[in-house]
Amino acid sequence: MTDQTLLTIDEIDVVYDVDPPVHAVRGVSLELARGEILGLAGESGCGKTTLAYAIQRLLKPPAVISAGGVIFHDRDGTDIDITALDTDGLRRFRWDKASMVFQGAMNALNPVKNIGSQLDDVFRTHRPGMGKAERREACAELLDIVKVGRDRLRSYPHELSGGMRQRVMIAMALALKPQLMIMDEPTTALDVLIQREILQQISELRTQFGFSVIFITHDLPLLLEISDRIAIMRAGEVVELDTPANIYHGAAHEYTRTLLSSFPSLTGDRGGFLRGEQNTGATR
Amino acid sequence: MTTLEFSHVSRSYKVRGAGTLKALDDVSFTLVSGKTIALVGQSGSGKSTIAKILTQLESASSGSILLDGKPIPRRGRALRAYRQSVRMVFQDPYASLNPYHSIRHHLERPLRLHRVVPKREIDSEVARLLERVKLDPALADRSPHELSGGQRQRVAIARALASRPSLLIADEPVSMLDVSIRLGVLNLLAELQRESNLGVLYITHDLATARHFSDEIMVLNRGVVVERGPADRVILEPEHEYTRRLRDASPNPDTLFGASTGTRREEAGE
Repeated sequence: MTDQTLLTIDEIDVVYDVDPPVHAVRGVSLELARGEILGLAGESGCGKTTLAYAIQRLLKPPAVISAGGVIFHDRDGTDIDITALDTDGLRRFRWDKASMVFQGAMNALNPVKNIGSQLDDVFRTHRPGMGKAERREACAELLDIVKVGRDRLRSYPHELSGGMRQRVMIAMALALKPQLMIMDEPTTALDVLIQREILQQISELRTQFGFSVIFITHDLPLLLEISDRIAIMRAGEVVELDTPANIYHGAAHEYTRTLLSSFPSLTGDRGGFLRGEQNTGATR
Repeated sequence: MTTLEFSHVSRSYKVRGAGTLKALDDVSFTLVSGKTIALVGQSGSGKSTIAKILTQLESASSGSILLDGKPIPRRGRALRAYRQSVRMVFQDPYASLNPYHSIRHHLERPLRLHRVVPKREIDSEVARLLERVKLDPALADRSPHELSGGQRQRVAIARALASRPSLLIADEPVSMLDVSIRLGVLNLLAELQRESNLGVLYITHDLATARHFSDEIMVLNRGVVVERGPADRVILEPEHEYTRRLRDASPNPDTLFGASTGTRREEAGE
């Protein structure tokens, strides 16, 4: 471990304690560097969201971390053992050090409160010392940063488009300048142009604020573009961890290759697609 | 051979305080048996409005839609006959099947409604439909919640095929499914299309599958068709600036890591 390491995940196991127990995450070890974007890919049910929840200690029973640990190496030099935090410690840790953009975040906003007051909540809870005017300015600034614009402070979620709501969620996750942001499928429901804008923004913000990102999605082509490293998960295990170029050119694990081949190429060959020669022969 | 002519169709909505919104502006295309047209565009471009007009969940403000030369009937038996030959597969298999009813019920309904087969053959027809979409006929007595997303979407496809339609409208049929099974469902659709010589309108925002799955691509922006043409040409050599923007925004590792793109472009240009 170097001082550039932000997060060390050590042989973590998560079990859904039902009958029979489901071993959702099996002995996953990862190191995340400061400022790094780590992509986490895999099909539904492979444990990627469960792993993210474990890092934030958000798992609800029957899910329990049955073994292993997660150490967060704070900017000021202290190490925080996330698995050992008590309620108060967790409250200080979450959002302040590590925030999260949840899956389906567009629908995670409270429909009966305007977005200004929802952003304000973050500061009221975590920065009790801030005055009202100071908080308002901070919220306005956040909306400017994510290019929603401060004139939207009083807007309600239903008055914003899906892309804008997603940006508000990112603003909220940015509020306390965390060192780690976990994003669980942050652009899945958006169309490609909006997705591209948001990805660009995430990467700019990362350069500006220097946080690390764990980016969870099943969209492997997207991860190949934006990640520094990609971890491929299958059945609770990380089966491959490498740079995008290496994964694209020579994935070591067969599953990675299968996953890659399930995305038809935009400009390349047809790959696993049935149409093509066979079909043209039949219809013409 | 069935031909659906969608000609010069416009649809506008009144928006409170903002005048009218033109969801579709003079859109024309012809869908024929055995061919697939992909309809691509951003959210709000009017893709689903077209699907709704075709299934008569909405009506056009102007323009005409002719099925084999006849306009879409407004009501009654004739509308039912129209809906028998133009069927829809919806986006969300978690919402499009009724949780209170068995799979059998979902497949029997169109069979009874459209009197596709004699009553005594309904059971065997249900089994046959499930086999066509590569599901175990024993699943007929299960409820939707007992099936996976991919299985549910196969049921939805079987339901659409039950009335033996000649045209199928697939509105984002795989976007809610996990990536590892998307290709399987698309390949199944392509196979069924070949077997039954179906005409398919494939609505999607995924340019890659649009290219591989269809013969022709239409690009829709704010209700206007900005570009159309053979699938490979539209994606590999887009003419309109908007199509280029859509293409460049789509994740494409091939250009990033410089794979076979170059050769492919040359082939297409020949």
